Amino acid sequence: MKALTFSLLAEPEERLDLSALTPAGLAGLTDVQIAKLRIGTTRDPALVGDIFKVTGKDFQSIIFEGGSARFDKVGTGLSGGAIRVTGNVGLEAGRKMSGGSLLIDGSAGDHAGSGMVDGRLEIKGNAGDYLGGPLAGEITGMEGGLLIVRGKAGNYAGERLRRGIIAILKGCGDYAGYRMIAGSIVVAGRVGAMPGYLMKRGSLFLDRRPENLAPTFVDCGETDIAFSGVFDRFLIQEKIMDKPLLGARPGKFGGDVAVSGKGEILFRRGR
Amino acid sequence: MNGMHQLNRNGVVIDDTFAEAFGMRATAIIITAPTLKWARQAAITMTGYATSVIGCGCEAAIDRDLPASKTPDGRPGCRVMIFAMGTDELQKQLKNRLGQCVLTSPGSACFADLEGTAPLDLGNALRYFGDGWQISKKFGGKHYWRVPVMDGEFLCEATTGLTKLAVGGGNLLLLAADNAKALRAAERAVAAIEKVPGAIMPFPGGVVRSGSKVGGKYKGMMASTNDAFAPTLRGVVNSALTPEVNAVLEIVIDGETDDAVTAAMRAGLKAVIELGPKRGAVRISAGNYGGKLGKFHYHLKDLLP
Repeated sequence: MKALTFSLLAEPEERLDLSALTPAGLAGLTDVQIAKLRIGTTRDPALVGDIFKVTGKDFQSIIFEGGSARFDKVGTGLSGGAIRVTGNVGLEAGRKMSGGSLLIDGSAGDHAGSGMVDGRLEIKGNAGDYLGGPLAGEITGMEGGLLIVRGKAGNYAGERLRRGIIAILKGCGDYAGYRMIAGSIVVAGRVGAMPGYLMKRGSLFLDRRPENLAPTFVDCGETDIAFSGVFDRFLIQEKIMDKPLLGARPGKFGGDVAVSGKGEILFRRGR
Repeated sequence: MNGMHQLNRNGVVIDDTFAEAFGMRATAIIITAPTLKWARQAAITMTGYATSVIGCGCEAAIDRDLPASKTPDGRPGCRVMIFAMGTDELQKQLKNRLGQCVLTSPGSACFADLEGTAPLDLGNALRYFGDGWQISKKFGGKHYWRVPVMDGEFLCEATTGLTKLAVGGGNLLLLAADNAKALRAAERAVAAIEKVPGAIMPFPGGVVRSGSKVGGKYKGMMASTNDAFAPTLRGVVNSALTPEVNAVLEIVIDGETDDAVTAAMRAGLKAVIELGPKRGAVRISAGNYGGKLGKFHYHLKDLLP
């Protein structure tokens, strides 16, 4: 059965809320009903049929052919099945995902993976600010799952991360892991200023020594631990990395002692 | 010989009898360390004083050594199996032995190696040793605890699996002309059985010299000497030994499954038969309780090469 495919007819003239276009959200709907779903966000909102040509019948596998930075909330609340976008997306992609997989061939805007609970979100391009982070007023950010950014991420990646793994493969902006509660953030490439600032627990795994740490991180020296080997193997098996990230005997900073100080930054030595 | 029908292979007499074994609960873990020497040291320490559930609470031994390429952390290690009669006792033994013998061993790490019907705590039981500095990590469908210790970190998977399909008490009795020959036959059998995955021999070096019968003349004795196979009692008890037999050693086998015990007994029999009666055992028998106590019966005639 062919995947349910939303082919973009033209660049949308308004921001779109695509949160309804998930396997669970579309279950039981006819072609006509799908075409009449409101996805625009203006006072005269666009319908699915105005923006996309819809083909295919497999609701468990959804494809957006063509993307746009105005595609907001793609895969929001995704609980199962698979969604793929062949271009860019806008804000809050994969927000509150609890299962399934969301693959974005292009780049994503701010708050991608915000409040994710489970599942796999992969962004082949870059991600905006607040990757996996909470929206205003929320206490926690991502709470589980696997979030991979093959390109760069903006500032505040992994803010208030509580559980799960965020992997960023070409560097990130400032304040990665800001106010982390737990969980793991992997960054290959250059990390901006103040990684782990105010983190309580959790781990930042870096492929190089961080340059601009808060003074409230303390150097714990070289560690000889089995964990780095296990974690490196996991990253390679999941095809997140093609070579070990930490290597044997990574360096460690402990912190942020401005809060509870039980977090860690493990980094590959010699780079 | 009690009128028992016998077979002969390569000059070794095989009793037409069977080993009687029991259903047990079991689990398996992988212990790794910077070198195989230290992985084995942790495993040997953990499986010390674990020969029989009669007095030790569990039966445990190293199943096999693992090269670095076969372990979760890329370091050399070994697979350890632990057997007990009940789940609670198995959990208790696992926790205590892990905490006292593996956590304490230099450079060690511990991983689950059995997918079972229920979880048994590993790191979940030991994490509190970290005194608040322990770190939980979940990835790849697994949950690990990282506990800071004086040489770095003790990495331990949170749980391992329990199997209720394990079998304990497979056995071979090796009857020889003297102690040296009995020991040589036993060593051959142990070497062969060590190659069988999922089967362990919990007694010292895999060999038992004090085989037992159920009960005894003294009150409270769960087991006492197997007088029928004790050569010094030949003539004064109802002995199972012929005049040419002057030493008997037993191999006891616990297996992850019925099939593992079968394969182990088959391997042991083959090795002793190939050794022959001049250098090893003149006769092979097996221990049972008349077939009334154990669910699993391993007939020697069905396992011959």
